[in-house]
Amino acid sequence: MKLSVKKLLAGAALGLGLAAGANVQAADPLKVGFVYVGPVGDHGWSYQHDQGRLAVEKHFGDKVETTFVESVPEGADAERVIRNLAKAGNKLIFTTSFGYMNPTLKVAKTFKNVKFEHATGYKKSKNMGNYLSKTFEGRYVAGFVAAKMTKSNKIGYIASFPIPEVIRDINTVQLALNKYNPEAELKIIWVNSWFDPGKEADAANAMMDQGVDVILQHTDSPAAMQAAERRGKFAVGQASDMSSFGPNAHLMSVVDDWAELYIRKTQEVMDGTWKPEDYFGGMAEKDIIVPAFTNMPEAVAKEAQQIVDDITSGKLFPFTGPIKNQAGELKVKAGEKLPMGDLLGMNWYVEGVKGSIPK
Amino acid sequence: MDIDLITNVFYAMVRTGTPLLIVALGELVCEKSGVLNLGQEGMMLMGAVIGFIVTLTTGSLALGFIMSIVAGIVMSMMFAGIALGLNANQVATGLALTIFGTGLSAFIGAAYVGVPITGLEPINIPVLSEIPIIGKMLFGQDLIVYLSFVLFGLVYWFFKSSRLGLVVKAVGENPHAANVIGLPVMRTRYLAVAFGGAMAGLAGGYLSLAYTPLWAENMSAGRGWIALALVVFATWRAERVILGAYLFGLASILNLVAQGLGYPVSPNLLAMMPYAATVLVLVMISSNVMKSKMYTPMWLGKPFHPHS
Repeated sequence: MKLSVKKLLAGAALGLGLAAGANVQAADPLKVGFVYVGPVGDHGWSYQHDQGRLAVEKHFGDKVETTFVESVPEGADAERVIRNLAKAGNKLIFTTSFGYMNPTLKVAKTFKNVKFEHATGYKKSKNMGNYLSKTFEGRYVAGFVAAKMTKSNKIGYIASFPIPEVIRDINTVQLALNKYNPEAELKIIWVNSWFDPGKEADAANAMMDQGVDVILQHTDSPAAMQAAERRGKFAVGQASDMSSFGPNAHLMSVVDDWAELYIRKTQEVMDGTWKPEDYFGGMAEKDIIVPAFTNMPEAVAKEAQQIVDDITSGKLFPFTGPIKNQAGELKVKAGEKLPMGDLLGMNWYVEGVKGSIPK
Repeated sequence: MDIDLITNVFYAMVRTGTPLLIVALGELVCEKSGVLNLGQEGMMLMGAVIGFIVTLTTGSLALGFIMSIVAGIVMSMMFAGIALGLNANQVATGLALTIFGTGLSAFIGAAYVGVPITGLEPINIPVLSEIPIIGKMLFGQDLIVYLSFVLFGLVYWFFKSSRLGLVVKAVGENPHAANVIGLPVMRTRYLAVAFGGAMAGLAGGYLSLAYTPLWAENMSAGRGWIALALVVFATWRAERVILGAYLFGLASILNLVAQGLGYPVSPNLLAMMPYAATVLVLVMISSNVMKSKMYTPMWLGKPFHPHS
């Protein structure tokens, strides 16, 4: 094992030489594996992770060898896929969906010399870290934009599964609405899928039939954006920049950018400095970006950008008290911030959200 | 619920049911001839991706739809060559076709992800589409939906009153007897499979060119499998296929609408309904030997050697 670390270090040094233009042969590449929940062609969540993988390849050149497995169902099947990747000699494996958490942990126990990074979960071990992007920061901005842009005061939210990440983001939008437009109602539709363009479009249409004029989504295809475009309504894109699907409908997209994190983690494994961590990166870390504000008045775009800047600088934190739950009980005292652990395991709605979390 | 909302629910019901209806009609004809093709999902995806690429490059929706039909037929002929020509196991071959089609469509379509096109727009038939509740559902749809009405009529008539329909049924019930009286068993089966492929391709094209005009990997999201279940649910009868397709459509739309209105119904429960209904129908058919014999094509899924 020691030898291979040395080799890797040598590889890193040679790679630097390569970057400088010298034509040298690199040592054994570091094998890095990725597991995606959707197809890389979803133009959403999995697509962005794959962009991160490509960034790793571009950054390290032939010092790395990446493999990915797409459309892996969450559950028992995932364990097999992760195990196979570990068996195939991958020394760093990214598993990029909530449902891979326990399978990843299980495989991590048997492959002690492989490093695992699991996205959107909360468990870690000696050789398994977890990472998550603060999508809620972007979602807060989306909530503000929706609050300002709605005329009917009905805002739609297409949700996937009732897991903490999705609930947290719904709450953030509601917090933004409570602040900027308390009249606005948030309509939530659960589609029980991360990726089903037909169903996402159906949900968007069902909402618009009920008077919704701004659609937010926590699902991965651009179908809802497109449906909004067809009917002259507004929508906010998820995970990747969806503006091309709604030239007139697109307000903004909350984009996940994994490139920097993946490059850093790969470098750490190469250097032997990798440690398991609970990584939670947002706008400050450039993991969450909002590329552009479109189809809105200058003043709204300006204020939205100000919110982005405030979140980035740490001046604004969406989950700052006073925050009440649906029953009106005070959960976060005025001026206090909701602790990270509560954010990660969030399973309650804030005041203002209608309906209950599906069980 | 006000009238407008109900009108829109029925409209969405037909739209959602249409891809299921088209695939299921194709599979119905295929299964009536005694061939079980589980490759619907793969053929749909190939139809979707080919149709999308053709429309994107030529700008013609018509050409796109034609090529998705062609793609479906080509895929189904690969199935026919193996399952009928070489007498391979139909279930295994069909499954292979689905896996193959899913992968190949993703491969071909990789460069077309995230590219928008202008999809097929609805055609509102004047006056008729203004009728409350059913107007928009029957007369405010796009051309493919209208075509699906015609296709249903044709398939219904085909099995009810045409001689050719009888031939297909005879081949599916007992190919040996059909062979003895001089019916072209193999040719009938090839044609039935081709029709199934054409319909699956068309349904795929409907998804990528009209329903959600975009290409994304695996965008059919299991609709091919639902269509297969539908044929069983319908006990191999066209009028029940259309009923079932719209029921599936209605169930999935109501699920979304009820949530939007804030009704305290579990979305999981509503989403489960169509599948529960299919299981129930299966139980009902198989609990009675006579019924089972009456409805199911007797030779379904079994290979036939013309010279044995």
